[in-house]
Amino acid sequence: MGAELNVHNAGVTPRCSRSGALMSEPLLQAVNLQCERDDRMLFRDLSFSILPGTLTRVEGPNGSGKTTLLRILAGLNDAWSGDLLWFGQPRSYQREEFVRNMLYIGHRPGIKPLLTPMENLRALMAGRKTVSDDLLGQALAGTGLAGFEDVPCRRLSAGQQRRVALARLLIADEPLWILDEVFTAIDIDGVAALETLLVQRARDGGAIVVTTHHDLQLPSMQRITLGAGDDF
Amino acid sequence: MTSDTRAGWRPVTEAVGSVRAMKAVFLRDLKAAFRQRQDLLNPLLFFIMVVTLFPLGVSPEVSFLQQAGSGILWVAALLSVLLSLDHLFRHDYDDGTLEQLVLQPQPLFLLVLAKVAAHWVLTGLPLVLLAPVLGIMVHLDGNSIGVLCLTLLIGTPVLSLIGAIGAALTLGLRSAGVLLSLLIIPLYIPVLIFGTGTVAAAGDGAPVGGYVALMGAFLVLAVTLAPFASAAALRISLSNA
Repeated sequence: MGAELNVHNAGVTPRCSRSGALMSEPLLQAVNLQCERDDRMLFRDLSFSILPGTLTRVEGPNGSGKTTLLRILAGLNDAWSGDLLWFGQPRSYQREEFVRNMLYIGHRPGIKPLLTPMENLRALMAGRKTVSDDLLGQALAGTGLAGFEDVPCRRLSAGQQRRVALARLLIADEPLWILDEVFTAIDIDGVAALETLLVQRARDGGAIVVTTHHDLQLPSMQRITLGAGDDF
Repeated sequence: MTSDTRAGWRPVTEAVGSVRAMKAVFLRDLKAAFRQRQDLLNPLLFFIMVVTLFPLGVSPEVSFLQQAGSGILWVAALLSVLLSLDHLFRHDYDDGTLEQLVLQPQPLFLLVLAKVAAHWVLTGLPLVLLAPVLGIMVHLDGNSIGVLCLTLLIGTPVLSLIGAIGAALTLGLRSAGVLLSLLIIPLYIPVLIFGTGTVAAAGDGAPVGGYVALMGAFLVLAVTLAPFASAAALRISLSNA
């Protein structure tokens, strides 16, 4: 009960009364995160804060647990210990509040090959937000998919399929984005546009967590480096 | 675009209702299935083939078929649902839509219920509609055919609902087929016994109200409990992915 009440406080009221203070209040806070997979310690004593208006890049070699960490942050992986706080309260008490405010795009971007980009985007947005078809069309056009709205996704290239998923970013309200290997299969122009979008988003107060092997040209970034410890 | 991104750090206040989200999941599954119709035909063809091969393989005698007909149809329907189960979550798991489903704000068991409903409309319902034709083929009388369809109508959703638990549990495995059958068939047996029992009672002219009520109870139990179990199993399977 108490937790529920706090969610509302953190979620709605403060932005009117003390929005300045909220800007520095972390959205998501990890305290002493630890994760073991297949008898190997991926990371331990990992603590960090995801602040509004920041971009966080999770770094590390292949197999160092970047994707695992992102899945833990997104709430898809339960095999961890430590604390994850959402607006200062344990996240597990406020699952609905958390998932409503978080957008996750993973390795497998959630695009059905049999459906068209329009149908895919509509289905992905359906549980989250009321969006008109016009806006969906604009988002697809914004990712360079104009003219492909009604072609089944399996006929599109890998990069175009990623772009369907990325179209969500253009119409997303969620303050926290968790993006796994977001630049994969995207061409040079697309990468530049996406970088601009992420920077703009962070400047406007959104919080973004990414993993990528792509060399990001972004001004200020928080880095979380995995796999640099005892294991390697 | 600017008005949207301005709101970058503001919490989302819009909550999409569960019913609308369920409808979206249901319609998406139907749409995707109709884009690949040959997959829909597989369970149906299996059903028809098993029922037509029985008279050829065992005996075309009218008395034998009248006796065994309802059992043959029920077993064939059960196996054909079992065959289709692996597809229930597999495609969604592979393309990542399942992750997005789990991350929707609505309760997962309701979304799972919508998925199972779509699965039943695509596999169970066609079996029910086809049953009268095959019932005539195995010389069942009119009354028995009616009762058979009724039991299938109540029973096949139970099969889909229970099957969803097994499908969700075995999602992370590469070859899930055998384990899925082992897990699920014991749970299917009561449905089979009461399904064929009802038709047998109808054939003997006995009242079937009690049987049908019991099958109805199975359905209620499955609708209320199975989605919770499937949802929990899905979370576990995804967590290990």
